[in-house]
Amino acid sequence: MLKGVKLASVLAVASLALAACGSSSDTAESAAPTAAASAVKVGMAYDQDGKGDGSFNDAAFAGLSKAQTDLGVEIKEVNSGAGATDAAREELLTLLAEGGYNPVIAVGFAYSTALAAVAPKFPETTFAIVDSVVDSPNVGSLIFAAEQGSYLTGVIAASASKSGHIGFIGGMEIDLIKAFEAGYNEGARSVNPDIIIDSKYMGPAGDNTAWNVPEKAKTATDGMIANGADVIYAAAGGSGLGMFQSVKAAGAGYWAIGVDSDQYTVPALAEYKDFILTSMLKRVDVAVYDVIAALVNGAPLVGIQAFDLSKEGVGYSSSNSAVAEYAAAADAAAAKIASGEVVVGTTVE
Amino acid sequence: MNLRRLATSLIAPAIGLGVSLAATAVILISIGANVTVIFSSMWNYGTSPRAMTLMLNLATVYFLSALAVSIGFKMNLFNIGVNGQYILGSLAAAVVASNLQLPKAISITVTILTAMFVGAAWAGIAAWLKVARGVSEVISTIMLNFIAVGIISYLIVRTSIGTETSVNIRGTKFIPESGMLRGNAFIDPDTKVYGFLIISIFVGVGYWFLLNRTRFGFDLRATGKSASAARTSGVQSTRMIVTTMLLSGAVAGLVGLPYLLGQTGSYNLQFPTEWGFIGIAIALLGRNNPVGIAIGAIFVAFLDVSSGQLVLEGVPREISTIMQGLIVIVVVISYEVVRRNQVKSEQRSVARALAKQEVSA
Repeated sequence: MLKGVKLASVLAVASLALAACGSSSDTAESAAPTAAASAVKVGMAYDQDGKGDGSFNDAAFAGLSKAQTDLGVEIKEVNSGAGATDAAREELLTLLAEGGYNPVIAVGFAYSTALAAVAPKFPETTFAIVDSVVDSPNVGSLIFAAEQGSYLTGVIAASASKSGHIGFIGGMEIDLIKAFEAGYNEGARSVNPDIIIDSKYMGPAGDNTAWNVPEKAKTATDGMIANGADVIYAAAGGSGLGMFQSVKAAGAGYWAIGVDSDQYTVPALAEYKDFILTSMLKRVDVAVYDVIAALVNGAPLVGIQAFDLSKEGVGYSSSNSAVAEYAAAADAAAAKIASGEVVVGTTVE
Repeated sequence: MNLRRLATSLIAPAIGLGVSLAATAVILISIGANVTVIFSSMWNYGTSPRAMTLMLNLATVYFLSALAVSIGFKMNLFNIGVNGQYILGSLAAAVVASNLQLPKAISITVTILTAMFVGAAWAGIAAWLKVARGVSEVISTIMLNFIAVGIISYLIVRTSIGTETSVNIRGTKFIPESGMLRGNAFIDPDTKVYGFLIISIFVGVGYWFLLNRTRFGFDLRATGKSASAARTSGVQSTRMIVTTMLLSGAVAGLVGLPYLLGQTGSYNLQFPTEWGFIGIAIALLGRNNPVGIAIGAIFVAFLDVSSGQLVLEGVPREISTIMQGLIVIVVVISYEVVRRNQVKSEQRSVARALAKQEVSA
């Protein structure tokens, strides 16, 4: 009801304005994109508990809120809750599409089956999914070359390590996360072939708690530090907090490397920032923003969209000035990857 | 007397519902939400055909889970291991069914028997530990849940049982359509009610019959009321423990099948693993009675499904979880209060009758 009234009054004002300056085509043109943008309602569906992990989901949110401020779009966020069924995820996406939200963005591969079922039912709606591929003409599949970004953090870790011993904390032991580990290992060995790399996952594949057990990550990191590791990289969602706690407790001379978001600048992690050397940036924010901006500009982003180093879809952050020392090595590696001279693998040998 | 019993069994849930609704309203007001708008939109959405279909589908799962738990409850056995029993049962069922090319009826039967067998076998370990080693089933079943998750992860990730079913998701091969039980879209034209609903109704009837109309059921209830009395009258308690755990595990094995055969067709690593705990709450709500359990299952499923609408309204979906928890606590307490009042009133009427006798004598 209220929306109808609003729309009617907007139309009335618009027609008055047009009537008043009928000859001035400039006004009409410059007004057009804004009008389109304010009509765009973005629906965003997170998996499990959604925002607040200071990492993956918050990166998606960063892109969404940038679109809200820059493009003036309306936003709606939902989350699936823990242990959701495919039926529940389908229903969430359906509710968003029915509610007129377009684009509808599914954050996380857990939505792939649900989206494959829902997308064909709403051919007029543009969907997007992060970290998965859904084959439908109205779906944009946002894929990231996390192994490339992790290669750079591996280079930085090996260069920063005094003990020649570094560590990796993974979330759930699945191929998606193993690609992070593979790139990290490869990057580290490119600097120091004899480097010792400890690796530990927070849960086996299928154990959905793996993303949210900081206490377990803390114990694992404590163990690595006790073994002599002095730089640790975590790709473990909310569990990463435990690594920061452990590294801070270890004190100066130890470094943590964050993931997905620029964790040095995450307010919730402010007390650990002095120990966060850099973060592997998986620019989910860029991808989400691109999807929304493309739709606002009338050219929806569909099909497989690969975000790699050459597209600045992955990278490392330089918010902490301490990383400047190693930036030359990392940038050289980045250039080699972008040029195709180095091809980073996605599996751990 | 019967009327009074009926009233007792209705009063407690009514109080539970009332109190928890009121408490939820207080929580909603305290987070600054509009209570009437939220309750009415939950109701409007929850009674739409599509939401009702989703609710029935979820309720089918919850019903089976609660039945499995309550078989144990009847004998004071706490089967906390429904989670492990059903995920292993579902995995085994998915593996077997995906390799079958048989007529539907035979394929489904084999799938069901596989799931029941594996669920019972997994519960059997806890039963054996209890009778042979005196390990509490609460501890062993919880531990077995973790072991089950680990085994499944190993099988799907490291062996040929698992394949990449979609990008970043590993699971078993898909079950051919001849082995699926997708059901009928008789409420909402686009959403199917799982075919397993009918089977679970049969399981419910079977549960009632077994407990109330058979010698075994009598022994089981007797052991639950007083183990020593039952032993004295010749019931073998170790055999009862083993049989009850096996039965509970067999029913638990079925919990994942409505979803597996009606929706996913593959056991993948996204398969929900916590349905056993919801079963415990619903068994308490339904007082181990199949009709009560069915009502409780539908109610909890309603809250779960309508929580999807809640998040759209900007209210955290945890509100519905809080409501579920409140209802269970309040209902359990009010059952006890009502029962005590009933005992008191019976004592009074007996005392009155006795007093009359004395006077007349």
